[in-house]
Amino acid sequence: MSLRKFISNKTIAGLAVILTAFANTGAFAQAAEAAAATAEKPVDMGPVYKSAIFYVLAFLVLCLFIAIIGKALKVYELTRQAQDKPKGINWNAINGFLFALFLIVGLYGVYWEYTVHGNMLLPEAASEHGKKIDQMFNITLIITTIVFILTHIALFGFAYLYKNTGKRKAYYYPHNNALERLWTIIPALVLTVLVLMGFLTWRSIFYKVEDPNNKPISIEITSAQFSWAIRYPGADGVVGVKNYKLINSTNALGIDFNDKKSLDDQVADVMVIPVNKPVRLILTSKDVLHSFYMPHFRVQLNTVPGMTSFFEFTPTITTAEMKKKTNDPKFQYLFLCAKICGQGHYNMQKEVRVVSQEEYDTWIAEQAPYLTDDLRKQFNMPVTAAPAAEPAAPAATDTSAVNTNQIALKK
Amino acid sequence: MSTISLHDTHNHDSHDDHGHHKETFLTKYIFSQDHKMIAKQFLITGIIMAVIAMCLSILFRLQLAWPDKSFPILETFLGKWAEGGRIKPDFYLALVTIHGTIMVFFVLTAGLSGTFSNLLIPLQLGARDMASPFLNMLSYWFFFSACVIMMSSFFIQTGPASAGWTVYPPLSALPTAISGSGLGMTLWLISMVLFVASSLMGGINYVTTVLNMRTKGMDLWKMPLTIWAFFLTAILGILSFPVLVAGVVLLIFDRSFGTSFYLSDIVMGTQVLPNEGGSPILWQHLFWFLGHPEVYIVIMPALGISSEIISINSRKPIFGYHAMIYSLIGITTLSFIVWGHHMFVTGMNPLLGGVFMITTLIIAVPSAVKTFNYLATLWRGNIKFTPAMLFAIGLVSFFISGGLTGIFLGNAALDINLHDTYFVVAHFHLVMGSAAIFGMLAGVYHWYPRMFGRMMNNKLGYLHFWLTFIAAYLVFFPLHFLGLDGVPRRYYAFTEFEFMQKWLTVNVFVTWAAIIGALAQVAFLWNFFYSIFKGKRAPQNPWGANTLEWTAPVEHLHGNWPGEIPTVYRWPYDYSKPGAEEDFIPQTVPFSQTMSSNMPHDFEGNAESERIQRAWEEQEEAAAAKTKLD
Repeated sequence: MSLRKFISNKTIAGLAVILTAFANTGAFAQAAEAAAATAEKPVDMGPVYKSAIFYVLAFLVLCLFIAIIGKALKVYELTRQAQDKPKGINWNAINGFLFALFLIVGLYGVYWEYTVHGNMLLPEAASEHGKKIDQMFNITLIITTIVFILTHIALFGFAYLYKNTGKRKAYYYPHNNALERLWTIIPALVLTVLVLMGFLTWRSIFYKVEDPNNKPISIEITSAQFSWAIRYPGADGVVGVKNYKLINSTNALGIDFNDKKSLDDQVADVMVIPVNKPVRLILTSKDVLHSFYMPHFRVQLNTVPGMTSFFEFTPTITTAEMKKKTNDPKFQYLFLCAKICGQGHYNMQKEVRVVSQEEYDTWIAEQAPYLTDDLRKQFNMPVTAAPAAEPAAPAATDTSAVNTNQIALKK
Repeated sequence: MSTISLHDTHNHDSHDDHGHHKETFLTKYIFSQDHKMIAKQFLITGIIMAVIAMCLSILFRLQLAWPDKSFPILETFLGKWAEGGRIKPDFYLALVTIHGTIMVFFVLTAGLSGTFSNLLIPLQLGARDMASPFLNMLSYWFFFSACVIMMSSFFIQTGPASAGWTVYPPLSALPTAISGSGLGMTLWLISMVLFVASSLMGGINYVTTVLNMRTKGMDLWKMPLTIWAFFLTAILGILSFPVLVAGVVLLIFDRSFGTSFYLSDIVMGTQVLPNEGGSPILWQHLFWFLGHPEVYIVIMPALGISSEIISINSRKPIFGYHAMIYSLIGITTLSFIVWGHHMFVTGMNPLLGGVFMITTLIIAVPSAVKTFNYLATLWRGNIKFTPAMLFAIGLVSFFISGGLTGIFLGNAALDINLHDTYFVVAHFHLVMGSAAIFGMLAGVYHWYPRMFGRMMNNKLGYLHFWLTFIAAYLVFFPLHFLGLDGVPRRYYAFTEFEFMQKWLTVNVFVTWAAIIGALAQVAFLWNFFYSIFKGKRAPQNPWGANTLEWTAPVEHLHGNWPGEIPTVYRWPYDYSKPGAEEDFIPQTVPFSQTMSSNMPHDFEGNAESERIQRAWEEQEEAAAAKTKLD
């Protein structure tokens, strides 16, 4: 009797809720229609609300289903209890079994991830130090995977093997100093090896001895919201001084052209670098923090306003070779921003092209200098004749070359 | 002399009265000074904040999975932040930021430490309440205000803070850099100051209580591991949180009063800012000096809770009690000198990178010891799978999986290519996020009878565990591979890069897993709130545990125990001791009542006790020999 009353009360309440929900939808729909009448672009929200309510109701039905199963289990257990039979469902056995199942399915899942997603990763490192990083990575991966699998077999295996059966008593085993010493020392030794290797790799990346026969090309990168500027040093091999206070609409980087080394600096829209030649990146930022990240070369360093940082690396694989290796004709190297920097953070990219030395030489000769006529006016310099723009460019490089020679002589 | 004795009697009288005075709704439920009520306040606020943060994560997961699709329903709720049913990039960043802030600070610090330190420190140590109940109440209300202020930033024109939960300046300092750095960031900073004040008040209280208010016999080496974890967590918080406040105050100065602590040489568009001489790196040092201990503030209470639960439900003493404590102490100490591993690629001196790599990888040793000790505790146990036990085992699994990826990130050389990618996201969501939240859930299921005097439904607990456990792995495991492919975190959409397109399907999968995981929490929420009113009445000691909280009456009373506070005679882990009648011996049982199960090392070298025990054993042997002869 009371049960029937309960049901009817609940049903009525449920119906009331559903009715109000629909009434509200109706109201919403009307409001939407009213809004649609005034708005330029009418959006019919009716179906949207209906589908939202559909999903909510579907979820409630699922909950109801689970509740019914719960009640059925309870009724079953109560009848067992009433008949003085042992407890209906052995949840310890079920949970223990589920852990064993989770272990097996989980191990397969890990294998699947390693082989399927593991094959979608970055291609081999395209830089000298990147190879060392990859080697370090592989060693760490092997060690951690072994530990990962063994500890999980132990964890879920023990959960399955030692589940309560009501027949056993647990083994009183509060400590074992030898065992504890063992599993303090072994991880410590393994980690010492990893630390040493990591330390050496790290040192080899950041403490480079310059080879006088293979001097690095300096390239300056300036980050801004949400773009990158690339500056090549020109014939003198040195990027000139810049000062953020000089930044204006014509001088976007604030280059100080009173510094002779700035005169031949070149603009580039992509970063083209010759293969097997060290590149020294000079990283700066104009506004907020960004992070200069070249995943293929295993290069990353933040760009910090007010601070210049450096990263030196040597590319080893040209873009053309990488296209063949990855079997992807559209492949291209790039660099991007990895430090949250504002709403355009997700789209700050530039292409990087690794080419042979000859290709690089022809490419670099074509790049325009930063110094434009507007800037010449600003810095009170003689403006070159406008019509002779084409032949003027090599002339300009010539003069700068002279400058360089002078500087070189001074050195 | 006489005045003193008078004073004493007066005190005594007033204490007796205390139990009888009438409590109003306001003093009992709102401005309560009772540690059990404050614990519940922290817990329920924490749960509400967790649900909010989880919903935020579902919103940005929707954006990641279907970047080109429009969800008109979102516009209904979010208005101009989701015009045309698509979340805007700056609001996406706000979602990410507030999700992180809420989860790390409000849920896993206040919700976890606040709840269980408050509940368990007095109850497991045998104290009537915290050292300073009033400070304890203030601690909650500061926390509550911090939550309200943080949430209020969703209702302002420029939106909530959106520079990431680490709020690195200059992005967070300049309103022109991102709209969230306007009023939203100011609210974030105010909220954080209140929050730190709250956790300091809490922390000071915890340390004082642990050091001064233990019951008779409860020396430090008889404390349950939960208390050790809370104690060390509180010390960690007291020493590191003030540094965050210092950093926050300087950031407020930079933002509002024109100083240049963090700003230098900045040009927004073509507008040259006047700031000179500051360094954005300084903020990172100050932030991570708190920020790294913070992740241990998050995980250590969870480890303490799981130690207790695993031991109880394996019906075995925790393996290597002393090693567990020393490794906690080791983690506490080391956690102060590892913050630089968040800054390997900031451009700081590479020498520092090397040093921080060494300290960081050393911290893996105590963590490994803890893991192996958990495994040894399970070995040859008699495991009862209560929902709490399931979550504790889940914690160990996440702690292993996430801890191992930490070995990659702690290595400065590997960090170059992994820094700020999805690998980091996957790593800390497993080791800090999932592990800590599982510790918290384990604690809720385990101590629910103590908090509300009722039991939660076990079967719903099982459902909740399995769905959440599987969903968490499905969400976070694939994310490692995105990181290994060089996909940076906090990207609004993967559509702009050719090489990220292949991960779009993975994103859809991860989002579905996240939605299922989120819906699974309904099972918990229903179970939690329904059982408060309709759950089965809890027995005195539902799990057969040894610690003191289960000797206090089920019905709460101010002062925890009627009459005298129980005395403690033994450590808390005498489970399945050979020779004992039952498989547990509570801490309040003296050795004289368990002659048959005493072991030599129980007496800690007390010659008199050893003599008595030996005499008793000889007597027993003689009696046994006699019966044999007969």
